[in-house]
Order: sequence, then C-alpha cells, then structure tokens
Amino acid sequence: MKKLLTWRELPEGDVLPAGSGVEFETGDWRTNKPVWDSEKCIHCLNCWIVCPDASVKVEDGKFVEFDYKHCKGCGICMTECPTKPKSIEMVLDK
Amino acid sequence: MVTVAKTGNEAMAEAMRQINPDVVAAYPITPATEIAMIFAGYVSDGLVDTEYVAVESEHSAMSATIGASVAGARAMTATSSQGLALMYEMLPIASGLRAPIVMPEVNRAISAPINIHCDHSDTMGGRDFGWIQIFSENTQEAYDNLIQAVRIAEHPKVRLPIMVTTDGFIISHCMEKIETLSDEDVKSYIGAFKRDGMLLDTTKPVTVGALDLQDYYFEHKRPVAEAMAAAKDVIVEIGKDFGKKFGRSYGLFERYRLDDADVAIVVLGSTAGTARVAVDELRDKKVKAGMLKLRVFRPFPAAEIAAALSKLKAVAVLDRSDSFSSQGGPLFTEVRSALYEVAMKPKILNFIYGLGGRDIKTPEIISIFGSLQKVLTSGKVENLVNYFGVRE
Repeated sequence: MKKLLTWRELPEGDVLPAGSGVEFETGDWRTNKPVWDSEKCIHCLNCWIVCPDASVKVEDGKFVEFDYKHCKGCGICMTECPTKPKSIEMVLDK
Repeated sequence: MVTVAKTGNEAMAEAMRQINPDVVAAYPITPATEIAMIFAGYVSDGLVDTEYVAVESEHSAMSATIGASVAGARAMTATSSQGLALMYEMLPIASGLRAPIVMPEVNRAISAPINIHCDHSDTMGGRDFGWIQIFSENTQEAYDNLIQAVRIAEHPKVRLPIMVTTDGFIISHCMEKIETLSDEDVKSYIGAFKRDGMLLDTTKPVTVGALDLQDYYFEHKRPVAEAMAAAKDVIVEIGKDFGKKFGRSYGLFERYRLDDADVAIVVLGSTAGTARVAVDELRDKKVKAGMLKLRVFRPFPAAEIAAALSKLKAVAVLDRSDSFSSQGGPLFTEVRSALYEVAMKPKILNFIYGLGGRDIKTPEIISIFGSLQKVLTSGKVENLVNYFGVRE
C-alpha cells in the first residue's frame, strides 16, 4: 500500500507523470477474456489497432500476447479478427 | 509614456496587444466584445504573434484558454455576465490546474431579466473559484491592472488565474485620458512565460487534469488556498514595484480621507469616483467623511480592511450585487466578518445599489452618509441591509 502524500509533497496543479495508466490495473474488471489461437492467427494486427486499452502486445510486427492486467474484455479484438474461423475467442473469465 | 484617449475596452485591448499572448480564444458578449474584437484586428493586421481561436461559446473559450495554458502558452480571454456564467464549469478547473490565465471581465448584471448594464453580480458569482479578482475604478487602472495581472498570475508563489474587472459601459465604453507604456516596457516587464509540466514538452511528458478520489482531491485543493493567501503579498509587492518603474503605485485598496474619518463608505469599482466627490463635498461641510475603495476582492484582505476601518464610528458597505443569502451582499458579508476579529469596530450597514446599471449619483451617496449620521445620532441600526434606489 503506497504511502499517501501530503499536499505539500504533491506536484503542482494536478500534473502527473505521463503514462502512469500502466500502473492502474483494470484487468480485474472483465467478465470475458480473449483467448488467442496462434495456429489461426495471420498477424494482421487488426486487434492491436482497435484495442481501446492498448492491451495487445506486439513485437517485430507479430502478435505476442494479451495484456491481461489491463484488458477489460470488451471483445472488439474478436469482432475485428478477419480469419475464418477467428483467431480470438472470448471465454468466460472465472 | 504616451498620453492617449481610450475607453476601458480599448485600453484593455491595447494592453493585450503589448502583452502579446501566445493564445487568445474568445467569444463576444456585450459589453466585453470590443476587447477581443479590437484585439482580433491587431491579429489580422499582424501586430501580434497570437494564435487567435474564434470559438463557438464562452465555455469553449475558457476550455481552449485552459488547454493552451497547460500546454505551455500564455493564454487570455475576455468576457462578461452570462459569458462568465457559461464558463462556470471551467473556472475552478483553471485554478485547480494552476493555469495563470489573465482575463478582462467587464462587470455586467446576470440574467434574469436580461440586462446588459453594470453590476457586480457576474464577478461576485465567480468568487469561490480560486480566481484572483481585481476591480478597476477607471480606464487607467484597467490598463495598469491588466499588465500587472500577468506578473501576479505567473508569480511562482501564486500561479492562479486572474480576472481584472471594469464596470460595464461606465468604464468599458467611456473615453478617458490615460498614459500608456511603451511596447518595450511592457514586454520586458512581463518577461517570458514559464510553466512546470507543459503538455507540449515532449521531453517531459505529463498528464494534466486526472481524476482524484476521496484520498487526494483535498490535497489538490489545499495548495490553491495557499496560493490565494500568498497572492496578497505578491499583489502588494508588484503594485509597489509598478509604481517605482512607471510612476503609478497600487495596493490592496485606496484610503481616501480615511485617517481622521468618523464615517466612511466601502466601495468597489467606478462608484468610487463619484464617492470621492461626495466625500469632498461633505468634508467642505465639516463632516469627517472618508472612503475605502477596495481594489483586490480575491484574495480578501480582511486584516488590512479591519485595521483601516476599526476606528471609524459608522461604515456603509456598498454592494453592486446581492448574494441572496438574505443577509446582504458579498462585500458587506466579508467586511463585516473581517471586523469581527477587532475589539474596536464601527457600526456597519449594507447598501445594495445600482443593480442592472441603475445609476448612483453624488446626492445619493451623500444621502447614504446621511443614513450613517442617523445611526450615530440614534445609536441604533434600523436596517442592517438596505436596498438603495429600488422603487418599493
């Protein structure tokens, strides 16, 4: 549990370092989670483009994995996956 | 130093030209329209380097001005009355984000009914938003105050937005003889704009205006209060320094024949000009009358006002707005509260006057002093709050 800062310790004017969203884990918000099928995937990166939470990890132009710490399970990745059958399936996240 | 004839609006537009802000995002409203309109002329004539954004409403004007300010620009806008009211949502955001925006605000009555004339209800409506509020008596003060405002707002101990007000039509549209500074003098006086944590600084990326929960909101508001308190001394220091450099000094308020006065009025804005004449007339009749013209309403210099009024016998506080608390106007409430702390205090009454631009003339101010005399003779205050000049 991080120690809470006093008002004098805060940076002025509600200014925060950028990119701090990474530390705020929203993964536990989801109901369903995306599951990737590496056999079917053609690495078109549609899912990476459309993910609203930047939760598709890509390296060297190829899909690597989902960021389950931040994925909120919206399923847009599955909707936009062009392969038939789809390379992404939304399953209940127990 | 050049002597020119300018209206309040023209003088403020001229000051803005010399300030040469990075961004102005503005929307018109009577009687403030001319300020941004004249300035827009300077923009199209290439006399300033300002990025001028003609927005679709005052809400957008303030939003864009705040955005520009936190991006790292010296940003200004101008408005009045309903325009300021439409900015309501954004005003506390400006102070919360410590955006040192400088804004001319032309005092005009708040609707309903619609009224385009002078009263202080618009500015008073914004008194709780962490904006510094300075009242100008006349065009010279409007010009000088706007230039000082840049230094006050951007001072490292302050960094708060500031509204410099003039009385609508009375000052905004009346021509007076004023002295203006040279472009060079204003430029070197205000210096360059600096901000820690600018959105456009890609070497140090920041997030501005994030959500706070119950655990941090208070800690983000507390420094705004601290900055407002610190602003008082900064305003005094800058006012003295302005006097040293340019020959006209400014403080928290002006004391007119107050030293040996028995009775006095406390007033904001242009009515002080009329009051000065009334005080002189009374003094000629051997009445020990005086006036305290408050310049800085936010921060409220309670201790200084109490010290200035403590030894008087009776004081009338003139409010050009009602706060509808049923206990009087905003200036009265705060002056009276300031006097609570001193042992020796005058009898104090409120006169709410001039709403919707209803004029107040010298004989009327003299009659207010007459009411104070009655209080002294009878020893009683009949009515604490008086609605002066309304048809009963």
